[in-house]
Amino acid sequence: MTSRTRPAARPHGVRRRPFDEIVTEFGPVVLRVCRAALGSGWNDGAADDAWSETFLAALKAYPELPADVDMQAWLVRVAHRKAIDQHRARARRPVPTDELPDRPPDPAPDHRDLWREVATLPKKQRFAVAYHYLAGLRYAQVAELLGNTEAAARRAGADGVAALRRRLVMTEER
Amino acid sequence: MNGINELSALLYGAGPDLDTATDGTPAADDRNPRGPAGTAPDESPTDATVPRALRDRLAAEAQRDGLLDIAYRTLDSPVGSLLLAATDQGLVRVAFAVEGHDSVLAGLANTVSPRILAAPTRLDAAAREVDEYFAGRRTRFGLALDYRLASGFRREVIMRLVDIGYGRTASYAELAAAAGNPKAVRAVGTACARNPLPIVLPCHRVVRSDGSPGGYLGGPDAKRALLALEASS
Repeated sequence: MTSRTRPAARPHGVRRRPFDEIVTEFGPVVLRVCRAALGSGWNDGAADDAWSETFLAALKAYPELPADVDMQAWLVRVAHRKAIDQHRARARRPVPTDELPDRPPDPAPDHRDLWREVATLPKKQRFAVAYHYLAGLRYAQVAELLGNTEAAARRAGADGVAALRRRLVMTEER
Repeated sequence: MNGINELSALLYGAGPDLDTATDGTPAADDRNPRGPAGTAPDESPTDATVPRALRDRLAAEAQRDGLLDIAYRTLDSPVGSLLLAATDQGLVRVAFAVEGHDSVLAGLANTVSPRILAAPTRLDAAAREVDEYFAGRRTRFGLALDYRLASGFRREVIMRLVDIGYGRTASYAELAAAAGNPKAVRAVGTACARNPLPIVLPCHRVVRSDGSPGGYLGGPDAKRALLALEASS
């Protein structure tokens, strides 16, 4: 068996944890980001694809990353880009939405409705709501991903929640 | 706590007020995201457990792309849990639980490569042969080995270990002579004590000249157990 790349020499003096520990520690938050970013598309395999691509890219870059890198922030940035790539790929090849994928039944169908509504929000609101509430990122991190300020991200999140409340709650009350 | 539950509560009025909630930090400690969300049993989009299948897929893709420098798995054995680690050259490390599997992996990350993933497939053959050895059905290992963790005289010594047949023992002095340096008895002891591939390279068959077992990196009990296993098979 031959390898296509040699085991990467580590930069002088930089101690690195085994990559497996990185996957264990940050795998969950990256998966939440992928699922949040992909909205209702998370359950057709798109989020798994984005997660896998994120960690593959991370594994490749890992030995060369600066010693003081914020691993979670780095991974979340990559996951955001990979999720957008997946979103574009899925947009060109839409998945049927009236047909539920081959998965155990969702124990909380109202969450599924909510999830669908989140996916229909304008982009900034969608990412702000998804990343803050669903992926658990702080607004400062959300702002970094969206390329705006923390205040703008916070406002987009609040606008998104207000829009969801109008659509979901008022629809039910009618 | 689960992000979507919180959002749901926020929308439907059961949760905190909108003004304060938008200021909040839903993942109380996003340094440790496995905590709250990882315990949620239902499969919601914010359920944070990473399925084993997804990690296996990552390992397979890393292997495909030539990025899996070290694959590892653990294996239960009569002498405790064993860590098996392999490069693309072959088995590079066998470690006992007393060595601390995490610290052994940390050592490999710094001496070989940090591109390390749990990837049982690459270790299938090694695990099978070790199982057969403990079942008394294997007296020699036929695995590809990577000797990179031992160099110079230490490598000379450990490569001679397979010449000590199954069920037999040799003294440190005899091994020193076989390795071409009869005076290096102490160095032979060190080489055995730091053997990166115990069991497969049988340093447990090297004993003191008076016949007592001597030290062992898996502990004296493990050494006695291995010698007893071979004596009875």
